[in-house]
Amino acid sequence: MKILPDIQNPNFQRLLWPLAALAGILLFNLFFTPGFFEIEIKDGHFFGSLIDIINRAAPVMLLAIGMTLVFATGGIDLSVGAVMAISGAVAATVIRPDYVKGVLEYGEIQPLYLVIGIPLALSVLCGLWNGILVAFVGIQPIIATLILMVAGRGIAQLITQGQIVVFIHEPFQYIGSGFFLGFPFPIVMVVLIFILTYLLTRKTGLGLFIEAIGANAVASRFMGVREKQIKLAVYMFSGLCAGIAGLVVCADIKAADANNAGLFLELDAIAAVIIGGTLWGGRFTLLGSIIGTLIIQSLTTTILTRGIAPEVTLVFKAVVIIAVALIQSEKFRNVFSVMVASRRTKA
Amino acid sequence: MKLLQIKRKNIPFLATISVFFLIYLAGSLMYDNFFSLRVFVNLFIDNAFIGVLAVSMTFVIISGGIDLSVGSVVALVGVLSAKLMQDYGVHPMLAFALCLALGALIGSVMGALIHFFELPPFLVTLVGMFLARGLAFLISLNSIPIKHPFVDKIIDFGIPLGFRTWLPVIAIIFLVIVMVGIYLQQFTRFGRNTYAIGSSEQSAILMGLPIGRTKVLIYTFSGTMSALAGIVYSLYTCSGYPLACVGLELDVIAAVVIGGTLLTGGAGLVQGSLIGVLILGLIQTFITFQGTLSSWWTKIVIGVLLFCFILIQRYLSLAGNRES
Repeated sequence: MKILPDIQNPNFQRLLWPLAALAGILLFNLFFTPGFFEIEIKDGHFFGSLIDIINRAAPVMLLAIGMTLVFATGGIDLSVGAVMAISGAVAATVIRPDYVKGVLEYGEIQPLYLVIGIPLALSVLCGLWNGILVAFVGIQPIIATLILMVAGRGIAQLITQGQIVVFIHEPFQYIGSGFFLGFPFPIVMVVLIFILTYLLTRKTGLGLFIEAIGANAVASRFMGVREKQIKLAVYMFSGLCAGIAGLVVCADIKAADANNAGLFLELDAIAAVIIGGTLWGGRFTLLGSIIGTLIIQSLTTTILTRGIAPEVTLVFKAVVIIAVALIQSEKFRNVFSVMVASRRTKA
Repeated sequence: MKLLQIKRKNIPFLATISVFFLIYLAGSLMYDNFFSLRVFVNLFIDNAFIGVLAVSMTFVIISGGIDLSVGSVVALVGVLSAKLMQDYGVHPMLAFALCLALGALIGSVMGALIHFFELPPFLVTLVGMFLARGLAFLISLNSIPIKHPFVDKIIDFGIPLGFRTWLPVIAIIFLVIVMVGIYLQQFTRFGRNTYAIGSSEQSAILMGLPIGRTKVLIYTFSGTMSALAGIVYSLYTCSGYPLACVGLELDVIAAVVIGGTLLTGGAGLVQGSLIGVLILGLIQTFITFQGTLSSWWTKIVIGVLLFCFILIQRYLSLAGNRES
């Protein structure tokens, strides 16, 4: 058993910069935000800034897990935010089918498997649509998923008739605000899905196939990798992750808001994946994407605790993304090392 | 037979024009007053800022890139010009000039990052989008009204068209920019280089075309036009609001694609994007005239149109490959 990570290992090296950035943010908080690292136990639940950061990052983490695999195949999924809205809208409609018609009575209480099952099935269907367009029709991913991004939010608004559907459904609310072994349930779910995805991609050949497709689709087809089917599966998985994220958000606020649920979260997810070090087409790292999400969320929380307007977070996000992207760009490193070298020779 | 043969690259553009006339015809037959000069002129007024953006986006997409920052730059320029005029007493012309310079600067930096460090355009412009929106919030969190005698004069000005309709300044700007776009695209080296880069960057390099300069210029043009669209938007709404035009970039991209520009780059026309913008405007007008349809139908219809046009493009490029 190795305990210390192997520093020479390229997989670890790729995580070095994201980890350094995260450590930097945490270090800043260690000195400037009192009580940042305190975790207290109230009623058997853990509370504290760190728990809060992970809990708030949970939906984006789910999106990022799906997005990482899509990215590795050389694709992108812009529709995840809209799929989140659809999934939440459907869940709320299953719970209160007549709400949009103005009926406030609940009727019979729907069983949990329907409240979860129907939205998730539809989310996978959304992913299937994206996957068919990308893999079988052959449309560029950024465009294929743009269609669902534009139309999907319209569909979600159609389902809720533009209203915010509020509901009470104890078992379903557990997904968003319940606690499991003292931890918020969304965190537990993210950990489980992360482990499952990790095992599925790294302990089977699937991860290698995905990377092969991303690196060179034609070559991998000649090697006998079922390129189209795997792409289809990856987009369906991304749809599923988005659906789960939509349920978490919807169950947390006990309402389905088709206008705002998941709005711009696709950009956060893409940013997290890029910060985490996954390349567009080729090598991917799920852990990197999780770290990327944590960077973005801890940055947001840090800014909030400093009393700066939360909207300004966008500026910081922009700076972090471009810095990490530049560091990972080979061209930039070359230019940079040439500059350093020429300065040395002058001196 | 020769007469009936249509050049393949023109099919998307012809499809766009047909869709435009179909919707226009349907609207004119179904509703009174749909077929009137005022409704037609309003298409150019209400969509002026989208139109200006669509012209520059056409160049970006033809070159094989994408610019996601346009909506945020519109908001940034709106807030900045309003702040300069209201709080610092800067003359509107100077404020607008500063905004155009800022837009050009943002665009050229993005272009330089894309070209020199080989970063993917959608990533760099995504950062530009975050940055511009964040800067807009830094300037003001609230909507700032624009009240200035000179601005009022600009807004009141209009070319009379008869039937008690006027062509206001923002519609004139829109039409002028479309003309400039067509000229740049069809009659200059810059336009031809854009097509060359989009068709095959490798070949363009081997032909010795100035790839770097053209790419940086394309994004500079896009940034400047975003700033101009921001000015048009603030003249249209008489205010600057940091949350304005969220998601506008997608409408613009949709308009350009519906206008027949190939998303893979290398083919497309500015006049196509003009029709694409007018189609989006027509859909809005149609839904307003219809009265009972809700606003989300706009999104769904745009999504369906986008899907159809992308399928046409895909089919055409497949057919093209089979021939060669």
